[in-house]
Amino acid sequence: MATHTQDSGRAPSRLSLNDPTVRAIFFQVLVIGGVLALAFFLVSNTLDNLERRAIATGFHFLDREASFGIGESIIDYSPKDTYGKAFVVGILNTLKVSVIGIVLATVIGTLIGIARLSSNWLLARLATGYVEIIRNIPPLLQLFVWYQVITESMPPVRLALNPLPGVFLSQRGITVPVPAADPVWTWVFIAVLLGFIASVIMGKWAKIRQAATGQPFPVLGMSLVLILGLPLIAYVAGGAPSVMDVPQLQGFNFRGGLVLSPEFAAILFGLSIYTAAFIAEIVRGGILAVSYGQSEAAAALGLKRGVALRLVILPQALRVIVPPTTSQFLNLTKNSSLALAIGYPDLVSILNTTINQTGQAIEGVAMIMGSYLAISLSISLFMNWYNKRIALVER
Amino acid sequence: MKAGILAAAAAAFTFAVAGGAQAGATLDAIKAKGFVQCGVNAGLPGFASPDSAGNWTGLDVDYCRAVAVALFNDPQKVKFTPLSAQQRFPAIQSGEVDLLSRNTTWTLTRDTSVGLNFAPVTYYDGQGFMVAKKLGVKSAKELNGATVCVQSGTTTELNLADYFRSNNMSYNPVVIENNDEVNAAFFAGRCDVLTTDASQLASTRASVAPKPDDYVILPEIISKEPLAPAVRHGDDAWYDIVKWVVYATIQAEESGITSKNVDEHLNSKNPEIQRLLGVSAGMGKALGVDEKWAYNIVKKVGNYSEIFERNVGMSTPLKLERGLNGLWTKGGLQYAMPVR
Repeated sequence: MATHTQDSGRAPSRLSLNDPTVRAIFFQVLVIGGVLALAFFLVSNTLDNLERRAIATGFHFLDREASFGIGESIIDYSPKDTYGKAFVVGILNTLKVSVIGIVLATVIGTLIGIARLSSNWLLARLATGYVEIIRNIPPLLQLFVWYQVITESMPPVRLALNPLPGVFLSQRGITVPVPAADPVWTWVFIAVLLGFIASVIMGKWAKIRQAATGQPFPVLGMSLVLILGLPLIAYVAGGAPSVMDVPQLQGFNFRGGLVLSPEFAAILFGLSIYTAAFIAEIVRGGILAVSYGQSEAAAALGLKRGVALRLVILPQALRVIVPPTTSQFLNLTKNSSLALAIGYPDLVSILNTTINQTGQAIEGVAMIMGSYLAISLSISLFMNWYNKRIALVER
Repeated sequence: MKAGILAAAAAAFTFAVAGGAQAGATLDAIKAKGFVQCGVNAGLPGFASPDSAGNWTGLDVDYCRAVAVALFNDPQKVKFTPLSAQQRFPAIQSGEVDLLSRNTTWTLTRDTSVGLNFAPVTYYDGQGFMVAKKLGVKSAKELNGATVCVQSGTTTELNLADYFRSNNMSYNPVVIENNDEVNAAFFAGRCDVLTTDASQLASTRASVAPKPDDYVILPEIISKEPLAPAVRHGDDAWYDIVKWVVYATIQAEESGITSKNVDEHLNSKNPEIQRLLGVSAGMGKALGVDEKWAYNIVKKVGNYSEIFERNVGMSTPLKLERGLNGLWTKGGLQYAMPVR
């Protein structure tokens, strides 16, 4: 490189700080070296101090028996399992509340955001009140309130409300009957997946056909038939089992059925409702960002109102809505760590117990940080991909 | 909550930047700053809680004060850091507190890989269960399938799992970090059972329960919970002082020395008492503190019996009997090593 510049007739560059290239390299090496030296100092000093105080280090504890119980888990877990498995349970619980929370927050937020623009005075004011109250109260307080409301207002377990047969409402949460375990349900699940895949393929095919022939195809209706029909066929073909696992009061608690615990309900509703207030504002802003001329132009082309909304307004609004909404999704995921305060066994709660039993705070905190980083980056990647897909294509 | 993580992160950071601890560093630092930084429970009446005037009181608190008296002859030369169960180990490991006197159970893991050294046990406790009287439960063996409220980050969580496992029973844990929230959930009816150390159950029933008589503590004690003050590894001189402060209070009770009659005992002909109270010199020098250290502790804080009765004894709302915490001469476990 340097010889090349010499050849092109410029003054020969010397190893001097006056040379911009040399100067740039010099300072970059200096900064990187400084950062590396600091990192080395911190890490080695930490290890040194830990060793001096004979505090255990490393991740060997993940293979040891956890021997603490976890209140709710998607996978089978017992105190006999390892810390590693407890960690997986924590991640799954965090994912559960994050994924359902994101869906719920998006639905509530969109409805509230549209309601704020409503010409109905009362509806618009109510939506404004919702947004202003909810987004200005710290989420932790809201969680406490939700948890208090659920545990204090519900009847004790032995006096559980029974609004529908098999459904029980009490301080222990909502218990609902679920179909008893049967191999057929696996096939039904696979049929649903197949239905979705077939619908996507059909959508692509319909688009190509419409572009070629101008013939529209009833994609929505056919998709519904596929997604609902295939599982139904699987269910009937499997002998249509109708045995239900109905919860029953035995001893202290309900046994059987599916339980929505008060802790999960509190963290889910608390976070969804909190985040929805922010999403509502983003949705409102996004819709307002599309100029009214667009609606008029669509009408002038003869598009019906619904079609205009779907093909003209929403695609443009989404461009404004998606990037800030991504941040809200990430906020919701990270706020789920507040679950510890109300007893939902999320990632932080379980790793906190682990840290306490093993005393290995540095490893535990690193695992928490790593997990949240991985989850957040995944959400971010997905949303960026989606954003790119709906972004304005310049021709 | 976030506090636990913050404490852990802070500990991680302190490890990262703090220079290597030298033997004697903790004691030197305490002497230089002129007070003891003591980690205590954030609110456990009888063991550590601030009174209406903001003064910390309790059995654990009194041992912090006793250490301060041994070093500085002043029970006020101590600053308290209220710690949650989660925050306590990072706090002592990182040097944020000098002494952890926070109803902490002495276990092998904590003594080794957590990096602590435990002083003698100040309260022999065991884990118990509290239930609402109206459930009609008479024994912990009847708790199969119960929902149990428990504080996170305690040995309690593990004993609970062990007990139900060994008795082939199932349970549903509700694990909450903050003790107040655990109690609130239990008294609201979220759980059938509240479990923690029996002394703490007594404290909770006396001071938190809406109607103390509506709750019973089941007879089973399912674990050994020796509660002891702890210091971190690396400063034996400091560890020795904390250790012998505890022994001094026990030995004083055994020798019949109280805060009221300690001055009379200065004239005692008993060589054991003379050594303890510093009448015959040597003990204080060996520990590196004033020769009057034990005299000052008994005079200003009291002997073990006085500390016990004042904070958790029969005349307090906790109404705890001496039981295991009686002197060895009276069938208990409290036994001081010879001061000589």
